[in-house]
Amino acid sequence: MTGQVFEGIRVADFSWVGAGPQIARELAFYGATVVRIECHRWPETTRTAGPFKDGITGINRSAFTAAYNVNKYGISLDLNMSRGQEIAGRLVRWADIVADSMSVGAMAKWGLDYAGCKAMKPDIIYYSTSQMGQHGPYSKIKGYGFIGVSLAGYGQVNGWPDRDPLPLFNNYSDFISPYYMIAAVVAALLYRRKTGKGMYLDQSQVEVGVNFLAPLLLDYAVNGRLAGRVGNRDAFMAPHGVFPCSGNDRWIAIAVSCDEEWQNLCNGMGHPEWAGDPRFSTALTRKENEGELEGLIGEWTKSHSAAELMTALQEAGVPAGVVQTAEDLFNDPQLRHRQHFRFLEHKEIGVHAYQSPAYRLSKTPCTFTKAAPCLGEDNEYVYREILGLSDDEIADLLIEGVITTETDMPQVLSGRTRG
Amino acid sequence: MAERDSSLLGGYRVLDLTDEKGLLCGKLLGDLGADVIKIERVGGDPARSIGPFYQDVPHPERSLFWFYTNLHKRSITLNIETADGRAVLKKLVENADFVVESFEPGYMDSLGLGYGDLETLNPALVMTSITPFGQTGPYAHYKATDIVGVAMGGMVYIYGEMDRPPNRLSCPQFYFLGCLHGATGSMVAHYHREMTGQGQHVDVSCQQAVVLSLMVVAEIWDMLKFSYRGMGPFYAGARPGSLPLFSRVVYPCKDGHVFLLVTGASQAGMVASSRALVEMANRDGFALELKDYPWQKIDASSISQEELTRLTDLMQDFIKTKTKAELFEEALEKGILLAPLTNMKDVVESPQLAARGFWEQMEPPELGTTITYPGYPIKITEAPCRVQRRAPLIGEHNEEIYQKELGFSKEELVALRSHGII
Repeated sequence: MTGQVFEGIRVADFSWVGAGPQIARELAFYGATVVRIECHRWPETTRTAGPFKDGITGINRSAFTAAYNVNKYGISLDLNMSRGQEIAGRLVRWADIVADSMSVGAMAKWGLDYAGCKAMKPDIIYYSTSQMGQHGPYSKIKGYGFIGVSLAGYGQVNGWPDRDPLPLFNNYSDFISPYYMIAAVVAALLYRRKTGKGMYLDQSQVEVGVNFLAPLLLDYAVNGRLAGRVGNRDAFMAPHGVFPCSGNDRWIAIAVSCDEEWQNLCNGMGHPEWAGDPRFSTALTRKENEGELEGLIGEWTKSHSAAELMTALQEAGVPAGVVQTAEDLFNDPQLRHRQHFRFLEHKEIGVHAYQSPAYRLSKTPCTFTKAAPCLGEDNEYVYREILGLSDDEIADLLIEGVITTETDMPQVLSGRTRG
Repeated sequence: MAERDSSLLGGYRVLDLTDEKGLLCGKLLGDLGADVIKIERVGGDPARSIGPFYQDVPHPERSLFWFYTNLHKRSITLNIETADGRAVLKKLVENADFVVESFEPGYMDSLGLGYGDLETLNPALVMTSITPFGQTGPYAHYKATDIVGVAMGGMVYIYGEMDRPPNRLSCPQFYFLGCLHGATGSMVAHYHREMTGQGQHVDVSCQQAVVLSLMVVAEIWDMLKFSYRGMGPFYAGARPGSLPLFSRVVYPCKDGHVFLLVTGASQAGMVASSRALVEMANRDGFALELKDYPWQKIDASSISQEELTRLTDLMQDFIKTKTKAELFEEALEKGILLAPLTNMKDVVESPQLAARGFWEQMEPPELGTTITYPGYPIKITEAPCRVQRRAPLIGEHNEEIYQKELGFSKEELVALRSHGII
């Protein structure tokens, strides 16, 4: 562990589900010690919704949970019990950072909100991430990323102008928000180093989502124009779209941003004469005759494989890429070169894939030290080694049910595969 | 230079050499208080031609894309393809903390400005390179635009109508995602530099950033060998050994659409949500047959498609009689997992965003009007983030930087300008 960026930094991770746990995962990739606190009595949605190993339900079989908790220690603790809150307080005193992504008010109920934690550890850095932020008329909303995505305007800009809006299966704002927070938390650690002061960071995931639609937001705020759905078209580029290829539901994305790329595309298609066709020879005429152009290109692409086309068009100097499926991502030679997927052995799932950060640091690469924990997997290490509890104390906590061991929600495991 | 402790990154300097692919990264560092200098090519950055434009006037000082992605920054012009230009850049690098660039891999090296060169000048420098696929590898030199990039990252396949090609979001995300991860990586490297004095190179792949945004799509493949595909207004749940389960999630209502999830007890809050919605529908005489429905027993691995469709059809009959506001008001009060699909007008008028003090307003003197910007999405107690200044005009800060800071004389500035270097 020597030489790791965040060596010695400790995180008490009370966050759960999607957006929250990704934040401390990043710190754990670079050497921070992260303890994730969970409870068998209310297992988080990712543990109960799957996807499960072999499709068989089980609280420790979900790759959804595993994905965001790699490199962390996992403990079980009932925060509704006063002894549980007391133990949580010990973790707060141990920690540099406290992480929260619960519904607004939950941490306060346990005495673990920022004020409570600051009283225990004056220089604590504490972050909360929630759909709406900690105050305001909608702040009490309970919900998942789809609520945030819907309220941030995404629902109206996914799909086709002549059809209803489409949902964003990936709860997109849950997967942008963590990275805003990581950058701010790292800055907060350095701020504390210089000033001795901790701080509180309160994130609204809806506000993150709005930032990623800023050009559309400004177009409305400044010009009064309401953005709509445009399918795969672009305001200026043509051709610009997703075209059919041979095989079942296979597609290629092609975008032509200038006349030179248009000529390259015509050569690539074996129709150099189209380059000079007055219907398509300039950016304006291509845009004007876009429908016709798309038809011609689709006729050509549909008898070729997407992978073949990408190679040939890139060779010819045209931006083109396979519309990759999840399966394709695992076989993508570029992602493989970047070691995007790493395989670790999880206690119940077995060997399975974890994702790496999108950036590579030349001198302090990320590390994969530990598959994600089963619920309570690291109780012994954390309670004994980190918090210094005696065997007798640990035994008492187990008997009292403060350290939880099994779920008493038999119906909760529905076996539904998320999505 | 600003005081180092007045904001989180106060006094740290970023040299921003990027084009549209990397502009947001410097903006994000500027959000935290960094002193960001946008180094534009002579005549202005090509990203200034990206719309939409203020009052729809396509002019390099009117791009709303530019306004947003260059908040906080100062601008100087510099031609780094000339020897004099490179010398000027190297001088700036000596006192910089971050360099962000988004050229094709190898370009900076070809100018003698690669990380190896700059590290010699300033060993503490953090240099961040943002490219579609990363600096090395079989696709490192592939051309990408937004649609090509999000397609390669797996984000297009998961959206779409069943009878049409999969589609991208109608607002580019590929480079924004790369920039977000670039800013994150820059901060991790910054921390290491502050602790050890050692800088490093941060090599970002926008494609990987897209893959990380797909929620559980990769994991579904890993566990179940099912590639999630966009299915119109439905979610498609993989069920090993049987056909995927289609669950409607987008519902037309009286004045638009709402998102609603009706699923099993495995989703926290779901049972209470469904009960509350049925109660609301019952009041209006809808979905009466669901009055005592055993929601806690819904099991998505075994429920039949017919039964789930019956449930969601009954919801649909009720929802289409209500407005977005009527539905959302009760959803907020009763914990129903439903939200309106908002547009930008709804977003701008949101009482929640107003109550949070989310919006930032600037009055650029040359426009004589107020521009509203999305604010920083994290409230920070000790060091709140503020907009430092509006996006710069082309070369607006040439004198300030070249004369006052680097000590060039007026004559030297004129000479540099006449040689097309600034």
